[in-house]
Amino acid sequence: MAWPFSEEHEQLRKSIRDLVEREFAPHADEWEAASDFPDWVFTKLGEAGLLGLSYPEEYGGAGGDYLCNIVLAEEMGRCNSGGVTMAVAVQTDMAVPPVYKFGTEEQKQRYLVPAIKGEKIFCLGITEPNAGSDVAGIETTATKVDGGWVINGRKIFITNGRRAHAITLVAKTDRDAGHAGVTLFVLDTDTPGFEVSRTLEKIGMHTSDTAELTFTDMFVPDDAVLGKVGEGFYNISWELQGERLVGAAGTIAGSRRLLDGVIAYAKERSTFGKPIGKHQAIRHAIAEMATEIEAAQQLVYTAAWKVNRGQYPVREISMAKLQTGVVAWKVADKALQIFGGHGYSMEFPIQRAWRDARLIRIGGGTDEVMREVIGRIEGL
Amino acid sequence: MSTQPIRPDQTGVTGEEFELFRPEHEELRAQVRAFVEKELLPNAREWERDEAFPKEVFRRVGELGFFGMKYPEEVGGSGPDFLADAVVTEELAGCGSAGVSASLGAHKDLASLYVFNFGTPEQHSRWLVPSLEGSVVGALGVTEPDAGSDVAAIRTSARRDGDDWVINGSKIFITNGAWADYVVVAAKTDPDAGYKGITLFVVDTDTPGFSSSKMRMLGWRSGATGELSFADVRVPDANRLGDVGSGFYAIMQNFAWERLVMALAQSSGAQRTYEIAKQYALDRSAFGRPVGKFQVWRHRFADLATRIEAGRALTYHALRLYLSGENPIREVAMAKYYTSEVAFLAADECMQIHGGHGYTVEFPAERALRDARLGPIGGGTTEIMKDIIGKTYGL
Repeated sequence: MAWPFSEEHEQLRKSIRDLVEREFAPHADEWEAASDFPDWVFTKLGEAGLLGLSYPEEYGGAGGDYLCNIVLAEEMGRCNSGGVTMAVAVQTDMAVPPVYKFGTEEQKQRYLVPAIKGEKIFCLGITEPNAGSDVAGIETTATKVDGGWVINGRKIFITNGRRAHAITLVAKTDRDAGHAGVTLFVLDTDTPGFEVSRTLEKIGMHTSDTAELTFTDMFVPDDAVLGKVGEGFYNISWELQGERLVGAAGTIAGSRRLLDGVIAYAKERSTFGKPIGKHQAIRHAIAEMATEIEAAQQLVYTAAWKVNRGQYPVREISMAKLQTGVVAWKVADKALQIFGGHGYSMEFPIQRAWRDARLIRIGGGTDEVMREVIGRIEGL
Repeated sequence: MSTQPIRPDQTGVTGEEFELFRPEHEELRAQVRAFVEKELLPNAREWERDEAFPKEVFRRVGELGFFGMKYPEEVGGSGPDFLADAVVTEELAGCGSAGVSASLGAHKDLASLYVFNFGTPEQHSRWLVPSLEGSVVGALGVTEPDAGSDVAAIRTSARRDGDDWVINGSKIFITNGAWADYVVVAAKTDPDAGYKGITLFVVDTDTPGFSSSKMRMLGWRSGATGELSFADVRVPDANRLGDVGSGFYAIMQNFAWERLVMALAQSSGAQRTYEIAKQYALDRSAFGRPVGKFQVWRHRFADLATRIEAGRALTYHALRLYLSGENPIREVAMAKYYTSEVAFLAADECMQIHGGHGYTVEFPAERALRDARLGPIGGGTTEIMKDIIGKTYGL
């Protein structure tokens, strides 16, 4: 048991690991080949209580602390499919937390409770063809009408977008008000006017369904507003912190597992009369990977520990997101190199890890956006 | 399946206990920092120019009790509190001169620590007590012209002669070596026994046959790094530190802490260099705005700050493991390697942001860069660290 976790966290870790390895991992190749995975993944996790680890028991949650979410993110990766891990993280740490944090009691009963059970799958609608991290630049509009709002616009790169039953959606309620003109909504995807226009093919994260959504004169009642009108920018900025940190935690845990595989391979595979890991160049490459992983890992834990204490460490979260992405990609590429021809072959999972890892430096805010955030906090 | 819910109030651990440093450590930090800012920093430039600093600094640090944090009261310490010692290390590293902080560190974490760990009560009163007072200066002599991290290859010999030992050989790159009052020396007492033939001795530097000279180096110039020569240096058996043949194990045992304090110092030094660089980036304007507000520099500073923070987190991880009683060879090697590379990067970025000024001796950037270059070399090179890390994985 290592800082910042307690004995209870380690028990939780073990139970998640057992479930993931037993129920999901055996299907990884099949799901990757199909570029899809079944919705029962969510209900299975919901039945096990894993979709609501840190929510209060009154909503069906487990009443745990924030570090439980970190444990889940770390262990979900053992399903061996980045797309599945990401889909679950969208549910647990991206789309649903705003419902708990900013929602009315009625919204919590209607959305949070079934989300925790895994019966209502969520997606998060922020990014658009012309706006991602520049949230204030979104063009999807919500126009006030009698009794509600009419939403028009498009969202892109939406994880779970095709399968989702509900969406946490960011829209402009006042075009002229900049940051203050952004509002969050929560609604069911069977609302008339909601359409999945297409799903996107990607270099990696194949099991994840990534969709483009179109809203055409989509009417939602007043009670679909999540939080206060005009506060969406600040609320989604809060959401992004959890999204980035859980992404960082899952990412670096994946790098660590990849490293385990590299070390095992370096001991088995021989060239010129000895295991390749005994050649100094490979030993040092592995030492570099391990060191970079450990440093990034501790950065994640420092940020997570602060969040767990009720702090809002944007600087450390941004650093963790940036560094884990950079390291994960570097590690994946070195792993592919060490595996040689096997690394390049579609018969081995290394290329999948390599393809999946490349997303981290883009999704949830690019490396460049992270540097922008950190640099500004540093006063530059 | 049960998921074992955890509530913050059930973990039995408060935030304060999770935190590495306690309030008394932060008080100590403020004290050390005040001393550094008042008595060391203002002199750093002059000392570096003169390539020497007054030995009186040891006495001041001793008076303030900063050498004694990790030692018990019976030898004149105020501990044992290794966390407090870590705080002292971090703060002394901000003194603006690696020569000064490394000299104080070699005294505190090498010479004194060896005497404490492997010495008898009598040896403690002879060398450790005055060391903690700062009235004598110690050095550790392991490295030789042909043997550094490969400790078993040293050639300095100690031959038994009646109740005495006669030492012959030479040592190199010995921090404080040129002005130390005593040196803890590793010597071969059995040339045929490999690493099992190494024994430690304490040699007072006024012993006949001992001589030393200061080495000229790229950085760390205010320090007294020395080359030592032993020509029939005769010491009584009472100067033997630990059992005959136990020297190699003693050296290995001490590596964890000495590399850990190096990592702490590198992190802290990197942070200070970063602050100097950032201040300049905000003060200096080009094309109508501070240089640091150009996106390329903002991003480079973001990367640097991230790596410094990652290095610190890694070092604290190793420190936690060390304090829990483990010997975290892997994590300590990682921390030493990572932080010294980051500290050099910080110094290089500091020079780059300063442009032409950075290349002149009018600004601290050039010295920071020269001083930081030793990090990936001293105390075991980065290559040695990677070898150690690889070996912990069975490679």
